Amino acid sequence: MSAALLYALAGAALFAIGLAGLLLQPHLLRKILAFNILGSGAFLILVGLGQRDGIIDPVPQAMVLTGIVVAIAATALALALARQLLDLTGQMRLPEDRPDTEPADD
Amino acid sequence: MKAWLTALTVLLCSGLALALGGAMLALPEFAVRLPAQVTANLDTSGVSHPVTAVLLNFRGYDTLLEVAVLLLALLGVFALSRHADEHAPRATPAHPVLQTLARLLAPLMVLVAGYLLWVGAHAPGGAFQAGAVLAAAGVLLRLAGLLPAWAQPGRLLRGGLALGLLVFLAVAVAGLPQGSLLHYPVSMAGALILLVEAGLTLSIGLTLAGLYLASAGAKR
Amino acid sequence: MTDFPDPLPWLIVLPLLWGTLAFLLGPGRGGRLAIAAIALQGVLALQLAGQLLDDGSRVYAVGGWGAPLGIDLMADGLAAVMLLLTQAVALPLAVFARGYFAASPKGRELFWPLTGFLLAALNALFVSADLFNIYVTLELLGLAAVGLVAIAGGRQPVTAAMRYLFATLLGSGAYLLGVALIYGSYGSVSLAVLTPLLTSEAPLAVTLAAALILTGLLLKTALFPFHFWLPPAHGGAPAPVSALLSALVIKASFYLVLRLWLELFAPLATVAAAQLIGALGAAAILWGSWLALTQTRLKMLVAYSTVAQVGYLFLLFPLATLVPLGAADSAVQGGVMQAVAHGLAKAAMFAAAGSMIVATGRDDIGRLGGVGARLPLTLFSFGLAGVTLMGLPPSGGFSAKWLLLMAALESGQWWWVAVMIAGGLLTAAYVFKVLRRAFLPVAEGDRVTRVPRTLEFSAFALALAAILLGLFGAPLLELLAVGRAA
Repeated sequence: MSAALLYALAGAALFAIGLAGLLLQPHLLRKILAFNILGSGAFLILVGLGQRDGIIDPVPQAMVLTGIVVAIAATALALALARQLLDLTGQMRLPEDRPDTEPADD
Repeated sequence: MKAWLTALTVLLCSGLALALGGAMLALPEFAVRLPAQVTANLDTSGVSHPVTAVLLNFRGYDTLLEVAVLLLALLGVFALSRHADEHAPRATPAHPVLQTLARLLAPLMVLVAGYLLWVGAHAPGGAFQAGAVLAAAGVLLRLAGLLPAWAQPGRLLRGGLALGLLVFLAVAVAGLPQGSLLHYPVSMAGALILLVEAGLTLSIGLTLAGLYLASAGAKR
Repeated sequence: MTDFPDPLPWLIVLPLLWGTLAFLLGPGRGGRLAIAAIALQGVLALQLAGQLLDDGSRVYAVGGWGAPLGIDLMADGLAAVMLLLTQAVALPLAVFARGYFAASPKGRELFWPLTGFLLAALNALFVSADLFNIYVTLELLGLAAVGLVAIAGGRQPVTAAMRYLFATLLGSGAYLLGVALIYGSYGSVSLAVLTPLLTSEAPLAVTLAAALILTGLLLKTALFPFHFWLPPAHGGAPAPVSALLSALVIKASFYLVLRLWLELFAPLATVAAAQLIGALGAAAILWGSWLALTQTRLKMLVAYSTVAQVGYLFLLFPLATLVPLGAADSAVQGGVMQAVAHGLAKAAMFAAAGSMIVATGRDDIGRLGGVGARLPLTLFSFGLAGVTLMGLPPSGGFSAKWLLLMAALESGQWWWVAVMIAGGLLTAAYVFKVLRRAFLPVAEGDRVTRVPRTLEFSAFALALAAILLGLFGAPLLELLAVGRAA
């Protein structure tokens, strides 16, 4: 088993941890962190599996760089939304009640 | 949330991890191998660092769209910050030591950013790393109370934010008469990539800083 | 062979360019620029469709490298149909949006730049032939859509945008993991390179990748039971945004599911999986229509109607998988026709709903009295769009459902027919619920004001297009056949 494959296996664990966190954690900041863990898992798998034969492969490395920037962009938007939600509702979590029964506030 | 639902989710996620791990241990030989192709075409890519060659030449189209994603996120943050609470307390001035340090560090960070931009052609570095350092300088200055927040970017600032994408688009379109979108003539590839990266460094720096400065808007 | 300027790259560059320029112009500016540019995009899409009809499908190597080192674009009949739909929906909606934001300015500041990026993402996604590049276009699309949901601010839209963002990020996370596994298995992300490599004896990692990619995309398409994020997001956004999202954005991920199912993952497709997807579609039709019927807010009703109509799209999978060739063909034609008909009709319906809300000053089905008298054209457009959604002749919805029906009978799967008929009846029920209210006289204390002409006519143009699609759908099916193995 090559070292690169070890990274990929760690990536699988990270993806699963991130997925569970995203689904289970009600706090928005934790959800956003969980999404980043999930993304990092996918990136590790992309790079790790891409060079599992021991040959350094710049293509997945470049893809991951692209992916990281996309993840930063998504994280920033998520944080701005979470902050706005905190200002509007005083809470850092999504309302539990069914969304379709919420009254319109406009 | 109900305990059994939590347990089920944890169980399913663990199952996914195990399935992924098992699948990774049973992979066949690669059918296609790109590292050799990257090396073979590196001479005509205009740069000597393989990752930069992939990022800005072979798969430059991904990067073009990714720059759009970054600007887009900032647009979303601007859209939200318009509705921010206007009655929030104003920022308090930072400690003088922090202010002096920020004043000293900011020019150095700009210098580092310039170095990273230049070195990207043949070693790890490039527009994103350089832009990130620029952005860090912006955040530092903001934390020290030396930069205002950006709820309403003026025309000059908007121009700076859009510059990288516009330069990239112009270079991409300039390739059309030569054959295709983002086609660089071999003799000019290095210069064109540097031009794109220079524009990107400025815009990425401003955008990343803006993601902080705009959402740090009214409060703080 | 190719004309100058080549329409394929310009369909992606143009919306990126005008989106950026609209941002440069400043808050709320860029509407006229957008309308002109979208009209030009429409011409380019037509030009591309003409090329494809003459010369067959096209491959375009970005940067001149070619797959697998570089990124390829590929335009075939299916892609061209989606491109045509996108520009055809976007143009009347842009006209509508200009009038709408003049009457109801909340959220207009960044509407045009975000819409430019949204359209660029759609066009780029439809012609991409590279799994990782598709990931980038999906993220561009998702973030643009979330930004658009949030532009008006307020508790409900921001909550909806937050939920939508988590759903779309989870979807693209699963997609990206699938792409990583595929690159790790074969060493390429080019569809053209991968398709011959992927056989029914593919390693477990590839089967897992297919499941992850398709699940992620179904989440983004809001197929039942993944529909939870859609109604608040589509129902809470400003009307032009709701229309763009319901008509186009969910179609993008549906398009990817369809393309991957029929091409790359075809060797892995099983009857059981296809029946499962079909069953989810059936559940979406019944559950979504039922919930639409119980709504009290007009835009929520239209949003739940989208949940239901998405279900019809997925009926094509059991009807096209491992069945006689004729049935599979008409199933795909029916599914794509449904995507186009729903795109046009739902854009018309949200636009008409937006006009009614502007006119009555509130989003409440119980207070629509007087709309029939003051906004007859808008109500007529709503009704015409309803005719398409119900699947009555001569609309595009009728052609779509007829083709799906034929496929169901030909492949001996009569149970889907029952679902389609039940869905049609429920659709009629919720459309008439709105029409009945709107024909009542104005309630005491309520006012119905007139709305700008452009609002009424743009909705009518979309609704009319959805009807005409049924009468003149043959050229579209001819275009769809380009590049598909007969």
